[in-house]
Amino acid sequence: MSRPFDSIAPDPIHKRRILITGISGAHARLLTMQLLKHGHEIIGIDRRPWPKAPKTVTVYQTDVRKRPAADVFRKHRPHVVVHMATVTHFTRSREERYRINLMGTRAVFEHCHHYGVEQAVFVGRHTIYGAAPDAPIYRSEEEVPLAVSTFPELADTVAADLYAGSALWRYPELKTCVLRLVYMLGSTLRGTLSSFLAAPRVPMVLGFDPLYHFMHDRDAMHAIVAAIEHDLNGVYNVAGPPPVPLSILCKETGRTVVPLPEGLLRRSLGHFGLSEIPEGAIPHLKHPVVVDCNKFKRDTGWEHVHDELSTMSSFRGELEMRAREGRARAAR
Amino acid sequence: MLDRAMSQEVRERLDALDTPFSRWGMDELGVSKKHLGLFFTFLGAMYRHYFRVRSVGIQNIPNTGPAMLIANHSGGIPADAGMIMASVFFDHEPPRLAHGMVEKFAQNWPFVSPWFSRLGQFPGLPEHAVRLLESDRLLLVFPEGARGTGKLFKDRYQMVRFGTGFMRIALQCGAPIVPIAFIGGEEALPTIYHAKTLAKIANAPYWPVPPHLVPVPLPVRCEVHFGEPMYFHGSGDEPDEIIDAHVAKVRGSIEKLIEVGRESRAKSMIGGPK
Repeated sequence: MSRPFDSIAPDPIHKRRILITGISGAHARLLTMQLLKHGHEIIGIDRRPWPKAPKTVTVYQTDVRKRPAADVFRKHRPHVVVHMATVTHFTRSREERYRINLMGTRAVFEHCHHYGVEQAVFVGRHTIYGAAPDAPIYRSEEEVPLAVSTFPELADTVAADLYAGSALWRYPELKTCVLRLVYMLGSTLRGTLSSFLAAPRVPMVLGFDPLYHFMHDRDAMHAIVAAIEHDLNGVYNVAGPPPVPLSILCKETGRTVVPLPEGLLRRSLGHFGLSEIPEGAIPHLKHPVVVDCNKFKRDTGWEHVHDELSTMSSFRGELEMRAREGRARAAR
Repeated sequence: MLDRAMSQEVRERLDALDTPFSRWGMDELGVSKKHLGLFFTFLGAMYRHYFRVRSVGIQNIPNTGPAMLIANHSGGIPADAGMIMASVFFDHEPPRLAHGMVEKFAQNWPFVSPWFSRLGQFPGLPEHAVRLLESDRLLLVFPEGARGTGKLFKDRYQMVRFGTGFMRIALQCGAPIVPIAFIGGEEALPTIYHAKTLAKIANAPYWPVPPHLVPVPLPVRCEVHFGEPMYFHGSGDEPDEIIDAHVAKVRGSIEKLIEVGRESRAKSMIGGPK
C-alpha cells in the first residue's frame, strides 16, 4: 500500500470553489467529504435532496438542464465543476438516459464556457472501451470506444464521454479533464459492478472468466481530487490495483456463481435470482476491459491505497452487514 | 486437487520465473501460475517423452530483458509453439516464460480462450507485443502465421511469406531477435488435405487432414535450434524497404538453422534413440 492520499496537506493557495453536479449520489457525497477535508468550498446541484449535507455545503435541488442551474453558475462563479450527474444503471429508459447523460453534459459544458469556469472534470467510465475478442487487454486513452457497437445500450455514455472530450478543442480556455474510471467497489455499494454482484446469484458465461478491473470507491474519489488539484487537462484512464478474474472476484466477495452456456444465459438473465443485465453486457462476461492508468499516475503522482483484496473485503463486509440489518428489520 | 497434478520440477521452475505473481498466483496480464503449472507438467511429458525434443543453442536466449523469438511455423496443429515454450522453460537457466501470439478467432472459443490468456498467449495485436516487450518478457512470434501451419506436406520446410510487423515492434522496443528453427513439426502432422467444411464449422482458417485422418501430431522426434541474437537499430518508423531487408536477414538465419537442424535430426534418426 502507498501513502494515504488524505495525508497530503492541501495547499491553501489553491483552495477552490467547486461545483459538483449530481452531488446527492453516494460517490459524489464521498467526493464532497474529501474535497472539504482538502479545504475547498463546495456547492452542489442535484434533482434529489441531500438531507444531512454538511452545513458548509450549499445544495441546489434542480436539474442541470434547467434554468435555475444556470443561475447557480451565475451566482457562485465556481472555479471547478465536477460533472457527476450521469446515470449508469439501466432501470431508466433509453430516452431518459440520453436526456440525462448527453443533454445534461452538454448543458454543463456550455455553462462552464459561458461563466468562466477554469476546469471541468467529467467523471466517465472505462466500459466505453467495450469488451471484444480482438481488443487489447490494456486500453490506453487513445483506444477507440468499441462499446458503441459491442454494447449499444451504452451509446449515450460513449457519446457523453466523447462530447466532454470535444470541449478540449471547442473551449480551449477551459481545462477539460475526462476521467475514465474503472468499476468502483467498496462501502457505498453503488455502481455498475456493485449492483451486478449484489444479486443473489451472479451469472458467468460457461467457459469464460474475464479479468475485471475495479478500484475502491474512496481511491476513485481521491483520484478525482488529484485531478482537480493538478489542473489536469486531457483524457485519462483511472485504475487502482491490477485486475482479477471474475471467478476470484465472486469468490472473495462471497457471491454464488452460476456458470451457464451463453445461449441459456441470455434467456435466464433477471430470472432465478440472477443479476439483470442488458444483453449488450454479455461480452463483458467473456472478454476483459482493462485500462492502462500510467498517464494519470505520471501526471498526478496519485497511487491507490486499497489493494484488490481490501477493496473486495470492504464490499463484502458492507454487503453482509446490510443483509444482517435487513434480516433484523424483517424479524422485528 | 489439480495442484497435486503439478510436478515438483515445474513448481520449482515456476518459482524461479521473474514474473511477478499476486496472492492468487496471477500477474497483471492475467497469467496464472496454477494454469502454467498444469500446462508445463503436461508439456514436459510431451517434450521429453512424446516428441523427445533436443534443444540446441538455448544459451542464445538472454537471461533477462526482452527478446523476440522468431521461428518457422509447421504442422497443422502447431506443436512447435508448445515445444519452444517448453524448451525455454525446462532447458534455459534461469527458466523463462515465452509468450505467444495466438489467432484472434480462438478468443471466442469457450474454455480455450481463458486458457490461452492464463498461459500468457494473447491475440496477435501490436499492443500486446509492445506491452510484453516493455515488461522485459520473451515474445514468441511465427511471422508466417496460419499460412505456415496451413501448408501441405509437399511444401514442408519451405517458409511462406513473412509478415513484417514483428520487425517494426522489435525496433520500437529495442528488443533483440533470436531466430529459431523447429524441426519435426512437418513430420508430426503432415497435412495432405484441407477440409474446408470442417474449418468453416470450427470458424478456423483451415482444418488439416493427415494420412492418419485424425489431426493429432504423431510421436516423432523433434529438434529446436536457437540462433545467435540479432540486433537491429532504428525506431520502427523506417520505410518498408529497410524493414524488408531486416526481415530477409532474419528469414535467412532461420533457413540456415533449418538446414542444420534437418541434417542433425536425420543423423540422430539414423543413430537411433539416445
